[in-house]
Amino acid sequence: MTYPLWLIPALPLAGFLVNGLVALIAGWQRAAGRTAAWREAHPDAGHGDHGHAPHGGGHGHDDPAGHGHDSHGAHGHGPSVPALPYWQRLFHGVVGVGATGLSCVLALGVVVPFVRESLASENGLPAVVETAYRWMSAGPYVLDIAFRLDALSALMLSFVTFVGTLIHLYSVGYMQDEEGFGRFFAYLNLFMFSMLTLVMANSLPVLFIGWEGVGLCSYLLIGYYYDKDFAAAAGKKAFVTNRVGDFGMVLGIFGIFALFGTADFSFVDMARHGAMNGHAPLSVYAVCLLLFLGACGKSAQVPLYVWLPDAMAGPTPVSALIHAATMVTAGVYLVARCSAVFVLAPDALTVVAWVGAATAIFAASIGLAQNDIKKVLAYSTVSQLGYMFLACGVGAFGAGMFHVFTHAFFKACLFLGSGSVIMAMHHEQDMRAMGGLRPKIPQTYWTMMIATVAIAGIPPLAGFFSKDQILGAAFGAGHPGLFAVGLVTAGMTAFYMFRLARMTFFGTFRGSKEAEGHIHESPATMTVPLWVLAAGALGLGFLGVPEVLGGSNTFMRFLAPSLAASHPHEVSIATEYLLMGMSVAVAAAGILVAWRWYGAAGATPQVPSVQADAFYRGTGPLGPIVANKWNVDEGIEALVLEPFRKIGTALWRGFDALVIDGVINASAFLVELTGDLARFFTTGNVRNYILTLTLGVLTFTLYVWIR
Amino acid sequence: MNPATMSAAAAAGVSVMSVAPSAYLVVGTILFAIGLAGALLKRNALSIFLSIELMMNAVNLLFLTYARMRGDAAGQMVVFFVIAIAAAEAAIGLAIFVALFRARQTVDVDKINFLKW
Amino acid sequence: MPFAPSDMALIVPELFLTAAGLVLLVAATAVSRAQEKQIALWSIASLVVTGFLLAVPASAGAGARSAFGGMFAADGYSLFFKVLILAAGVVTILFSLRFVGDSPYPGGEYYGLLLFATVGMMFMVSGTHLISIYVALELMALSQYVLAGYFKRETKSIEAAAKYFVLGAFSSGVLLYGISLVFGATGSLSLAAVSRSIVLGPKSPLLVLGIILVACGLFFKIASAPFHVWAPDVYEGAPTPISAFFAVGPKLAAYAIFARIFFSGFGHNSSEWTVIIAASSALTMVVGNVGALMQQNVKRMLGYSSIGHAGYALLGLLAYGSKDFGLSSILIYLTAYALMNLGAFGLVVLLETKGYAGESVDDFNGLAKKNPLAAGVMVLFLLSLAGIPPTAGFVGKYLLFSAAMQAGWFWLTLLAVLMSAVSLFYYFRIVRAMYLVEGTGELRWREEPAVTVAILACAALTLFLGVYPQPLIALAKACLLS
Repeated sequence: MTYPLWLIPALPLAGFLVNGLVALIAGWQRAAGRTAAWREAHPDAGHGDHGHAPHGGGHGHDDPAGHGHDSHGAHGHGPSVPALPYWQRLFHGVVGVGATGLSCVLALGVVVPFVRESLASENGLPAVVETAYRWMSAGPYVLDIAFRLDALSALMLSFVTFVGTLIHLYSVGYMQDEEGFGRFFAYLNLFMFSMLTLVMANSLPVLFIGWEGVGLCSYLLIGYYYDKDFAAAAGKKAFVTNRVGDFGMVLGIFGIFALFGTADFSFVDMARHGAMNGHAPLSVYAVCLLLFLGACGKSAQVPLYVWLPDAMAGPTPVSALIHAATMVTAGVYLVARCSAVFVLAPDALTVVAWVGAATAIFAASIGLAQNDIKKVLAYSTVSQLGYMFLACGVGAFGAGMFHVFTHAFFKACLFLGSGSVIMAMHHEQDMRAMGGLRPKIPQTYWTMMIATVAIAGIPPLAGFFSKDQILGAAFGAGHPGLFAVGLVTAGMTAFYMFRLARMTFFGTFRGSKEAEGHIHESPATMTVPLWVLAAGALGLGFLGVPEVLGGSNTFMRFLAPSLAASHPHEVSIATEYLLMGMSVAVAAAGILVAWRWYGAAGATPQVPSVQADAFYRGTGPLGPIVANKWNVDEGIEALVLEPFRKIGTALWRGFDALVIDGVINASAFLVELTGDLARFFTTGNVRNYILTLTLGVLTFTLYVWIR
Repeated sequence: MNPATMSAAAAAGVSVMSVAPSAYLVVGTILFAIGLAGALLKRNALSIFLSIELMMNAVNLLFLTYARMRGDAAGQMVVFFVIAIAAAEAAIGLAIFVALFRARQTVDVDKINFLKW
Repeated sequence: MPFAPSDMALIVPELFLTAAGLVLLVAATAVSRAQEKQIALWSIASLVVTGFLLAVPASAGAGARSAFGGMFAADGYSLFFKVLILAAGVVTILFSLRFVGDSPYPGGEYYGLLLFATVGMMFMVSGTHLISIYVALELMALSQYVLAGYFKRETKSIEAAAKYFVLGAFSSGVLLYGISLVFGATGSLSLAAVSRSIVLGPKSPLLVLGIILVACGLFFKIASAPFHVWAPDVYEGAPTPISAFFAVGPKLAAYAIFARIFFSGFGHNSSEWTVIIAASSALTMVVGNVGALMQQNVKRMLGYSSIGHAGYALLGLLAYGSKDFGLSSILIYLTAYALMNLGAFGLVVLLETKGYAGESVDDFNGLAKKNPLAAGVMVLFLLSLAGIPPTAGFVGKYLLFSAAMQAGWFWLTLLAVLMSAVSLFYYFRIVRAMYLVEGTGELRWREEPAVTVAILACAALTLFLGVYPQPLIALAKACLLS
């Protein structure tokens, strides 16, 4: 290598700084200009420092039903806020895309030789670790800022930078009407920096830098349209669930510390070679489950998945980059990275597998009945992430990572395609108001169709190979139950994806005449990334063609040195063909049903599909429940949040509106306990304070005495 | 106590320290407890402050007694410091209470709980 | 007690600052309100000069020296804290320039009092004798009482002062009682002598009681539960620059003497005092972080948050078993703590245009749009307070928690991690207000270069020490108690 590894994350960081600074300065100038213009227009408004209306106006929303829409462009702002001037957009775009693109080039420059040499050698190349500098050394602990290049991080590195660059490019077109164009690219670059730090880190604490960084960027980008209440609420949900996950993550890191005496990834080798420092396996279970809790938060697994669908309030490129292709797979990466530790705790792996399976089928079932195009994709993402954990849980870490890889391409393509559709439809996201878009936006149509076929698992597209290997591994590992769940989910996936395609592109247009006239294909900055991603969805599966189909499964061979040695339970070739046939048949069935039901010429916005409607009615009470996302949000509200709220008024006051005057429900004893805890200590009365102090002294004295 | 009376007392076989040092310790502790009780029970800020002064003087007594018992003058030195600090504290405390009274027309601590929770 | 004139050379920085304080106090009576700014600038100058006076012998390679019969130590440990305290003083004055200048209260004495408080803290951290520590502590505390109530016609300010005064006097009574018991049990007040006599003498219950009472007196100063009750009220009521100062300076000094007294004085009794410190630490973390959740006033929230931080920092004292690691973690943590708290309070100073307006969380609404730089910097401070990498706060917490784990305090570390997770909820209320909530009306904002510069300096250091903490770690290791 002729250049240091740290350059790869450093470039997006530089992009963030440049874009951020320029946006900051330009923003000041603009604000100053606007204030001056406002003063000119209101010469009678005195000195302008007494709370007059906000500049820019237009923040009010006359469209409460607009919740959940990726309100984009001029919709979010008043007409008085113009888009940036051309040269400014050009600058931000060039810096933003350039920084990521260059880092992609650098990444591929190290990854490609690494892959080639690794495949050429017998047991793969050893990990390349480059220490940038010493971070901390205190007490017995030493921690370096070090970057690692091994098979696993090379894989993540390649697709994160590649897909990231494409999405940056796409955003240039998608966000062109935004005043916050520069700010947006700054955040996006900051995200890239964090994500690259995450995947290249050589120790858990450094990984944690990236882990928190991507979380923060995700939070800020969900709230990008922050004048919308919904975005704020969605940000809140993402925040809460991620806190639960991070709690597990931090404890997991300290647990790894306690187990191995180090937090850099040498612990993986230690675990592999059976150096357990004489710790009881129970603690290994605990550490694995804690790390998995962290992974669940980041990767939206049951029960912490609720935030991901709501995160779609952010701009579509953000959904594609952060909430589909990269960040949400960080949890899978973490589990794969620590796979050597996980295999020491087989029951913990079983938990991983079942949580993954439950998420997969549960989210897929919700996806069946969603009408918002981005929501379908969001639940689909949750479901596919479930597949990945299912794979890890049955010990097929390689298959899980393969799915991460292929999923990044086809799901990013789908999201960007949906963004293109949404833009064509002028920010309409409801598929019931679409239909017949095929001839009007042909490029979007073709690319999305390729990705749809890929995710549905039709050979020989990418999704088929990765999904098939997961199902095969589940069956081979002796979990027919998991296999069945996976199979059913595959059918559902095919169904809801083709439902999406049929409702969007086929049949007749169900929107207003006026809307129909405005439909237009997106600019080249958006369609080129779509085509590249579609090509990936089309061809990347061939990297991992299993032996049974005459391939050599290059992908697995490459990854093997980074992962725990899995012990594939050999199944006969006949069985393998049978499994493959089953998964294709189920997918085909799903497609067939969706094709028959949806996209017919007679569909109306109210009844997009007569057959589906009849079926829906036939399901009795279940249908509406599924359509309402299994009432999970409500269930959580009733079962978890409500009692929790009661138990800790104090806790919930923290981020809900202040419960006025601290009215406490007398029936809830615990409320009084927590609420009064703070009140007891700080009544505002000095005499009580003195009493507290005195009691404190007495208690401590007694405590020492009787101890 | 002048030397003459002291030697007279010695001649009479009566110790100068006719009271055992532990008694001073007991008195000091009791005084501290009284001060503490006053600080806990009084409602007037000034009374609370005076109670706290009593606590500090109780400590002074303890210091003197220990100094005597141990024959170490450091304990007596401490008392001067404490007295000086108590004087400074009184000056500042009274000023604060005056300002408080001006602002709130009371120094009853039960009524001064604007800041709470 | 032997007294050498050369002893005076060791306290030249303190003498200089005292003299400067006196001169400025007198000068303040003669200046008009418009000239007050000069006093402030001279105060900054004298703090800086004091820093130089400290640095000169240190850079000349002077080792740890003791003066006045073991009452005063000029060592690396005290130097570390003195530099931090002086820096906090400078930042506080920068915060105060317009804040006090625009207020209806003449600011002349304000700066003199700040300097006296600083002198008190400097003597405190150098104190190696219970009485010199006590006197210095009172010098600091008496100045603090006045500063808390400086805006004397504001009911909140004067109430804060009165409460602080009563409770402070009470706690110093407790501390003094503890000192008298230690004196009674060991017959000495110098820390070295106390330590010697503890080793030689029999274990006495009197001594243990004395240690507990001293600990309680110091718990009050660092605002750890259940002696924290004053802190939220005082932080909320005091003028904001003073709240910032209280949150940092006195706490640093109190931690410094806490570690010094307990490590070099009562070290051999660690089995008794670690349990109460552990109890207080656990209680403090819970009370501080849970209490902050329901706060609507940012100053009060930061007050509770600093209570929570006091609880974390106590973990370092518990690591007595590996005390160098524990102590260096405390030094690093407190440095980070000082930077991020000063910064966060500084932003409140900027928002507070008139009276007490601008202290509510809602006043941060929409800040990201109106002043992206301020919002970004605030996010950095809040991330640091919450202990998210790569910030100084993370480094500090990471080292502290590792030290506590190393010393075997697993349950406390677990609790600390849990409470850090809870803390994010209230810190992120401010982030949410800034980034996700639309602001109403025009943002009221103090355009003030002095404050901005101070905040940016804190932010830069917070980030730098998070990314590259090794120099600080090396420095802290060189500044441990011998």
